Amino acid sequence: MQKIEAVIQPSKMDAVKDALVDAGVEGMTITEARGHGRQKGHTEFYRGREYSVDLLPKVKLELVVADHMVDKAIQAISGAARTGSIGDGKIFVSKIDEAIRIRNDERGEIAL
Amino acid sequence: MRLRRSVVRAFLCLVFALVVSASVFGGSYVMAQSPGSQATVTEQSQADRIAALEKEDAANKAAIVAAQQAGDNSWMLVSAALVLMMSGPGLALFYGGLVRKKNILGTMMQTFAMMAVITVLWGLVTYSLAFGSGNAFIGGLHNVFLRGVGLTPDPSYAATIPLQTFMVYQLMFAIITPALITGAFAERMKFSAMLVFMVLWAIFVYSPMAHMVWGKGGLLNAALGGRIPCLDFAGGTVVHVTSGVSALVTALYLGKRIGFPKIPMPPHSVVLSFIGACMLWVGWFGFNAGSALSAGTLATSAFVATHFGAAAAAVSWSAAEWIRQGKPSALGAISGAVAGLVAITPAAGFVTPMSALWIGLIAGVFCYFMVAKVKGWFGYDDSLDAFGVHGAGGTLGAILTGFFASSAINPIFGAGKATGFFEGNWMQPVHQLIGVAIAWSLSIVGTLIILFIVDKLIGLRVSEEAEHEGLDLSQHGEEGYDWAH
Repeated sequence: MQKIEAVIQPSKMDAVKDALVDAGVEGMTITEARGHGRQKGHTEFYRGREYSVDLLPKVKLELVVADHMVDKAIQAISGAARTGSIGDGKIFVSKIDEAIRIRNDERGEIAL
Repeated sequence: MRLRRSVVRAFLCLVFALVVSASVFGGSYVMAQSPGSQATVTEQSQADRIAALEKEDAANKAAIVAAQQAGDNSWMLVSAALVLMMSGPGLALFYGGLVRKKNILGTMMQTFAMMAVITVLWGLVTYSLAFGSGNAFIGGLHNVFLRGVGLTPDPSYAATIPLQTFMVYQLMFAIITPALITGAFAERMKFSAMLVFMVLWAIFVYSPMAHMVWGKGGLLNAALGGRIPCLDFAGGTVVHVTSGVSALVTALYLGKRIGFPKIPMPPHSVVLSFIGACMLWVGWFGFNAGSALSAGTLATSAFVATHFGAAAAAVSWSAAEWIRQGKPSALGAISGAVAGLVAITPAAGFVTPMSALWIGLIAGVFCYFMVAKVKGWFGYDDSLDAFGVHGAGGTLGAILTGFFASSAINPIFGAGKATGFFEGNWMQPVHQLIGVAIAWSLSIVGTLIILFIVDKLIGLRVSEEAEHEGLDLSQHGEEGYDWAH
């Protein structure tokens, strides 16, 4: 089992979600987030005063998938979230030791 | 970028051309209505018929007077409510949106507290000090506890509305004026100190200034025999200069907010400010057109001038911002409208719509310059620009009134006598300057003394921890936004 965390543009959230469902991913958690990569943020003006906003609105997806699904899920996310411009986001993959379904204590991939 | 600037310039040229052509070709229209009357002719002797006609004539006249009084009174009651709306939702939302979210209730509460506390004080003593008979500088104590303020009109103020209507209308001005000051010391003043400061300020700064400009025998009262005839239709000096200058003094005395100007302190909700500013614009019709104290043509003239002044300043502030920063912001547009409303306030009942347009255009650019540039040069922390908009805009408007005032709109110095500079009354700008100078001096000296006293008695600023925590929790034990539920 592996955990995929993806930080993407909010406008791409629906497309990514649909692509993941098409790829056969069943569960995911989505959080509204703020952050920046290398490009930093933008500038806002209030009554002539300049404020640099370096934490931009993003959406964070978290999903845990079986090992054989990892590449498919990554392709689904990167394919649907890509605009080609700066700020498209990142995908992080890490190992998961255990998964437990609370309803009936099932463990492992069957609990996903 | 070059293309965008040239588009903006072309747009501004178009606006300018429209204004100039409107100034040249614009006219005014007078519509008259003639009331019809029907006479009943019966077979009577001539004497009986004459007696009957005379009786009917007297009844008609009484009916017309009663209708006029009812019309004037209804407009003034509506105006009073409109002016209260400027404080209640208007200013509270405007200022509330401009602070950080931990201070929204504290900021709104300061305005709301004025609605309650100043009202009580007005009934007890400040109405009498402002509008009671006294000397050239302050009214007397004859009307304390509102003694003698009944339903009979006082002809020296307004012949067709009950004195109580006049009293409650003026009260709404007394409420919003100190509430405007709260914008300068937002996010850092103790609620208790604010209350004591405002009570003393209403007694020792607002009341004398209101008496000098609007009270019977006041030094600057152009209509009621003042020695220096300063024109202030709806409160350029009384409301905006006193509040704006006192705001600057308070901001300087109190010092900057912790972290200013290094920590970003952008408005937490421009949406709230937007709603508040729109309510201010609507309420301002009561503020300015109501200052005619009747429902006649002068009210119409002030209403129209108010609207054109606000719109023109919204255009010119936005244009200045567009040219300098590349984008016209919503906050800029509403700030411009408020600046225009401030500047047209003293002039509203004295100028033509096209003069109002010019006053607005000048005020929008001037106040933008004060807020975006001058504040930065001097480094004072006027949190919500109470001075930049009200002090600066009020001063500018009061002086421009001396130039643009027209006897065709309001022959306050007598029929056919020149009113403003452009009509040939070269002294009027000087009288306006004297009025402004008195308002500045009284505000600086009075506010400094009051701040010193309150500071020694109970302290002005909240503690450092309380300022970090925000006024909502530290002063009122509540939060405006509870994110957990």
